[in-house]
Amino acid sequence: MAYTPHKPPLAEPIEKLRERIPGWGVDLNPEDRPSVPKLQFRDDLSGAHWEFPERQPEKWPRERSIEHKFLTPVFGTAQPPRGLSGAIRRFSYATYSEGRAAHWLLLIAADRVDAWENHLKSFLTRRPDNPITQTGVRSEFTHHGLKSRLGTTRTDRVHQVLDPVIVAGPWVVAAALAFSGVGKLVRSLRS
Amino acid sequence: MRAMVYRGPYKIRVEEKDIPAIEHPNDAIVRVTLAAICGSDLHLFHGMMPDTRIGHTFGHEFIGVVEQVGSSVQNLAVGDRVVVPFNIFCGSCWFCARGLYSNCHNVNPNATAVGGIYGYSHTTGGYDGGQAQYVRVPFADVGPALIPDWMSDEDAVLLTDAVPTGYFGAQLGEIVEGDTVVVFGAGPVGLVAAQSSWLMGAGRVIVIDHLDYRLEKARTFAHAETYNFAEYDDIVVEMKKTTDHLGADVAIDAVGAEADGNLLQHVTTAKFKLQGGSPIALNWAIDSVRKGGTVAVVGAYGPIFSAVKFGDALNKGLTLRMNQTPVKRQWPRLFEHVRNGYLKPSELVTHRFPLEDIAEGYHVFSAKLDGCIKPLVVPSAA
Repeated sequence: MAYTPHKPPLAEPIEKLRERIPGWGVDLNPEDRPSVPKLQFRDDLSGAHWEFPERQPEKWPRERSIEHKFLTPVFGTAQPPRGLSGAIRRFSYATYSEGRAAHWLLLIAADRVDAWENHLKSFLTRRPDNPITQTGVRSEFTHHGLKSRLGTTRTDRVHQVLDPVIVAGPWVVAAALAFSGVGKLVRSLRS
Repeated sequence: MRAMVYRGPYKIRVEEKDIPAIEHPNDAIVRVTLAAICGSDLHLFHGMMPDTRIGHTFGHEFIGVVEQVGSSVQNLAVGDRVVVPFNIFCGSCWFCARGLYSNCHNVNPNATAVGGIYGYSHTTGGYDGGQAQYVRVPFADVGPALIPDWMSDEDAVLLTDAVPTGYFGAQLGEIVEGDTVVVFGAGPVGLVAAQSSWLMGAGRVIVIDHLDYRLEKARTFAHAETYNFAEYDDIVVEMKKTTDHLGADVAIDAVGAEADGNLLQHVTTAKFKLQGGSPIALNWAIDSVRKGGTVAVVGAYGPIFSAVKFGDALNKGLTLRMNQTPVKRQWPRLFEHVRNGYLKPSELVTHRFPLEDIAEGYHVFSAKLDGCIKPLVVPSAA
């Protein structure tokens, strides 16, 4: 069809679609859809019996975005910031708005620091971190790891080989550094 | 209680944790009877979401039984069987009062750009999630709803996020009768978006993915035409060819941050965390839709910058519509659609993992093993 004012005809007429597809067109009217219009004032406040909620007790100085006027009345209390990662997080929240890349990059850096703080701590417990069990990689053998990939056109096979490197790489480097450090220490004690 | 906890990128385990306590008079404590792993949980699992803390319990898709209520709770009672939307919201702020529950201003101190979400890092408020035996549910009078007797647990748990998000994506597309709709991504959200497009009068629905088993599901569950982008040199050109070179009227991005199809985009995002999301599907959506068309985005992206082809969107005069789904606003209509058989959420479920085996569940879902489309998690006390 040339570039004309007309829309190309449908391959399947509407009557056929109505027969073939359960519920075809039950929400045909764009005005009668749950999120139309986008802003709809809810007179019943969706069950809220307050205009501003009672405040949840703040049991430690709760980090918050500097774009907020105040600490929100309700907030999560999971995993309060601790250690070096906690200091980085507090600094990021107190210093940079959500509009600054530094805010998010510091939070991601804190996530990595947090992981290593906790990996190291776990070695002092009876349940150290175990990358084999914690990655769920054993399911490769119980849930058709090879069959799920071989003979398919899936494109993620190319980069999935990076996953073990990302997971195991830092552990290998840390082990090598620790081994080399211990070696140096032993040598220096002997000399 | 037993709970899934994050131990760093690609690593989780199940630990003993304290049962959550009432922290606000309108809190409830819910005993989780069934939970699900969402595709967006994989972004946390892969360490992509800023401020995902070690020890965090994921899970924003769960149903359960009310175990305890705070002193001001009026609408729920102990023993009620409830479905809980993934959004945590107050009901009364400027945004909630206008139905934008996913943009609540009173529940997330950590960010103003996103509302509260269960088990989705501190960027969404720092609430532990429902992949555990118990979970704290704030604003119990506002968020949860009773599960009707006729509704199965599997249908109910999929109504917490995946089904409303797919349906909302189709609404954002502003579909009119006879429209051609292209859905990028044949995961649970994309499959529901495709089926919902028919409900809104689409004349043609096309689903694009690279996983054949999911495309097969798109043909049977969502009655859609399918294209495996890995079989084409350039999927955008294919979309132009199949729409007489006009482009689709509507494109829906139901993939989000970890899209495949361009190695550089994927690796810089998912592996090296240099972008908030790998916008491959979004860029394909922008390029596949016709000029003056609509791109709806319900795939989840992180808060950092992404390399989006904004110039094409501008030059084509596109309407870009997006949000996290205000779930409870969709429920009355979706409950009807499930009851009438127009949407069959439980058909998306492929796997059930005991909570104790949740690490395997994450790997199977993440690595797309064993034909996995939607894995559920069953807490041991359920």
